[in-house]
Amino acid sequence: MDFDETVPLSQRSEWADVVPLTQDDGPNPVVPIAYKEEFRETMDYFRAIYFSDERSPRALRLTEETLRLNSGNYTVWHFRRLVLEALNHDLFEELEFIERIAEDNSKNYQLWHHRRWVAEKLGPDVAGRELEFTRRVLSLDAKHYHAWSHRQWTLRALGGWEDELDYCHELLEADVFNNSAWNQRYYVITRSPLLGGLEAMRESEVSYTIKAILTNPANESSWRYLKALYKDDKESWISDSSVSSVCLNVLSRTDCFHGFALSTLLDLLCDGLRPTNEHKDSVRALANEEPDNNLAILVCTILGRVDPIRANYWAWRKSKITVAAM
Amino acid sequence: MEEPPSFTVSQREQFLVENDVFGIYNYFDASDIFTQKYLLEIQRDKQLDYLMKGLRQLGPQFSSLDANRPWLCYWILHSIALLGESVDDELENNAIDFLGRCQGSDGGYGGGPGQLPHLATTYAAVNALVTLGGHKALSSINREKMSCFLRRMKDTSGGFRMHDMGEMDVRACYTAISIASILNILDDELTQGLGVYILSCQTYEGGIGGEPGSEAHGGYTYCGLAAMILINEVNRLNLDSLMNWAVHRQGVEMGFQGRTNKLVDGCYTFWQAAPCVLLQRLYSTNDHEVHGSSHISQATDKDHEEHHAHDEDDLEDSDDDDSDEDNDEDSANGHRIHHTSTYINRRMQPVFDSLGLQRYVLLCSKIPDGGFRDKPRKPRDFYHTCYCLSGLSVAQHAWLKDEDTPPLTRDILGSYPNLLEPVHLLHNIVMDQYNEAIEFFFRAA
Repeated sequence: MDFDETVPLSQRSEWADVVPLTQDDGPNPVVPIAYKEEFRETMDYFRAIYFSDERSPRALRLTEETLRLNSGNYTVWHFRRLVLEALNHDLFEELEFIERIAEDNSKNYQLWHHRRWVAEKLGPDVAGRELEFTRRVLSLDAKHYHAWSHRQWTLRALGGWEDELDYCHELLEADVFNNSAWNQRYYVITRSPLLGGLEAMRESEVSYTIKAILTNPANESSWRYLKALYKDDKESWISDSSVSSVCLNVLSRTDCFHGFALSTLLDLLCDGLRPTNEHKDSVRALANEEPDNNLAILVCTILGRVDPIRANYWAWRKSKITVAAM
Repeated sequence: MEEPPSFTVSQREQFLVENDVFGIYNYFDASDIFTQKYLLEIQRDKQLDYLMKGLRQLGPQFSSLDANRPWLCYWILHSIALLGESVDDELENNAIDFLGRCQGSDGGYGGGPGQLPHLATTYAAVNALVTLGGHKALSSINREKMSCFLRRMKDTSGGFRMHDMGEMDVRACYTAISIASILNILDDELTQGLGVYILSCQTYEGGIGGEPGSEAHGGYTYCGLAAMILINEVNRLNLDSLMNWAVHRQGVEMGFQGRTNKLVDGCYTFWQAAPCVLLQRLYSTNDHEVHGSSHISQATDKDHEEHHAHDEDDLEDSDDDDSDEDNDEDSANGHRIHHTSTYINRRMQPVFDSLGLQRYVLLCSKIPDGGFRDKPRKPRDFYHTCYCLSGLSVAQHAWLKDEDTPPLTRDILGSYPNLLEPVHLLHNIVMDQYNEAIEFFFRAA
């Protein structure tokens, strides 16, 4: 059979006119790979059509065979794109091809770049399909970096923002520690044309985040997200009582990690928050040490004990506190 | 009936890793002092064995890296150099010849002979050749054609593409700038708009992502920070939040994770520790009111010789590391200039737990038979070997404000036998080799 992939290329009549090109490794290459015969032969035929720049249907089929053997070969992906364009090939079929390759390994840059190239050519009509594709990959690995990049690209280039905030919530319900989902949430509230932007979303997002913090005070993702909601608006950050409230709330509990509540309070103080007696009492209750007149310095001291991995960092922060920031 | 608390995927995975890691630490802590000494040893002979074998021959399973062979060269050659060793003339010539066959006629290097030139494989090839050193290796790089290649990869947005019509991200930006910087072909055309692009990749968390909007990630954070320092635009970034994010990536296992709430991985020893040291040195440079430059090393050999003799004694007497900080404050008030300062002023307390990090690498990542891995239960590979060793070097030298000052015994877990060569933090090349390359490419100009 001419198209039978189990028959070596050299024995297929379809390829009889092509002289395979061996790899120019030189006489004594370093890091030489002991290629299996099938791999070596396929690459020899690929090299032949690549260097003769043959953009034909059989060239397209050969790139598929080559990519099955090594999906990381970006030269082959690149050439495949040239062939697809020359043949004006059905790009919907190409999406399916990529999905087949992804089944074996989704963690390769080239596949995702190729997908983006195809989707861009197909336009907004495939927004839904791309969101569905990334959703499937994320259902297997909810933090898949390339899938998230592709999803973000799809939203900004092709659209489909309507259900994205709900999708983030769905993922956070399943795993509130999923930092990628929090990152996506930030992406949505700041960039979605259907929402009002960061400031408009702030109140509802703060409420959402505080709930998450109180349920899991040791979850770094939610604390970082909370601070992000006040990006570039220091005044609101230090004056919004719900922020310092959540710190005080967590600090008053004896059953949980205090590190993030303390470091958030430290940031607030360094940004100009005037500590109330409630703040001072709350912090001093945790202090084994001699209370410092400067609350921020005391917080650093406590952090050095409560978060010992970062003891040097908290000491460094302490050294940066000037009297003015009291 | 009450529902038992259910763990999320993140918690479950974290729990399993902690089990493995603490199992290893508990075994270590319970061992006698001789066993402990043995467990901490780098095992140089075994490491070199593993590396040399890889350089000479790789099995068919490496077909998946057939488009990454310059990387294999760099990972292996750099690891050998970190161990203070070098390859024989024959191997060296073979490596130079092979990499030469990966060089494209229009500039840049591909993943193998005849492959399309790609920024990442170009970075790896250049770094490998610089690591080999010597006239033959360095002159084999076609600088003029490289310049053309880099220009072709430059995008109007300010960033760089990995290859013709390839993907654009912070990694492409870093590799391009690192190459241009070493080869002395960095110019305004290449840096134009780049600072703005990389800044747009700094996230709300403080770290840097691959593209604007993407999650903060250790690898991209290194790339973004290093690139910004090389083009002299690092102050565009929010350095406070970057530092804060980076130091929080060290977890209870004492190794670094790549992203918030993800798992520890030996390779992040380099990707995360290097930014911590870079940032600390930047802050320290600012404190002393000395102008920073892309060549971080500040001290001259003369200063070092003068102060070496009695300063070592001073430090042996001094138990209190806080004396370093006092000196910093004195310097800030007294406007003492860095390059005439004493040995003590060349030291700082690393913002991350360096000895803890070294413990993770030596006990959890190191394979006694040679090679390093991501974490327990994972297999060794050359990528992890390279970045665990590189990160170990960074950790050993983390108390030093510049590359010319040697570490103290107590800085090195496993003591002096474990000491690795220092690297240039912006390129991850052994300092001696970097200096030779700069001599070659900048003298040529």
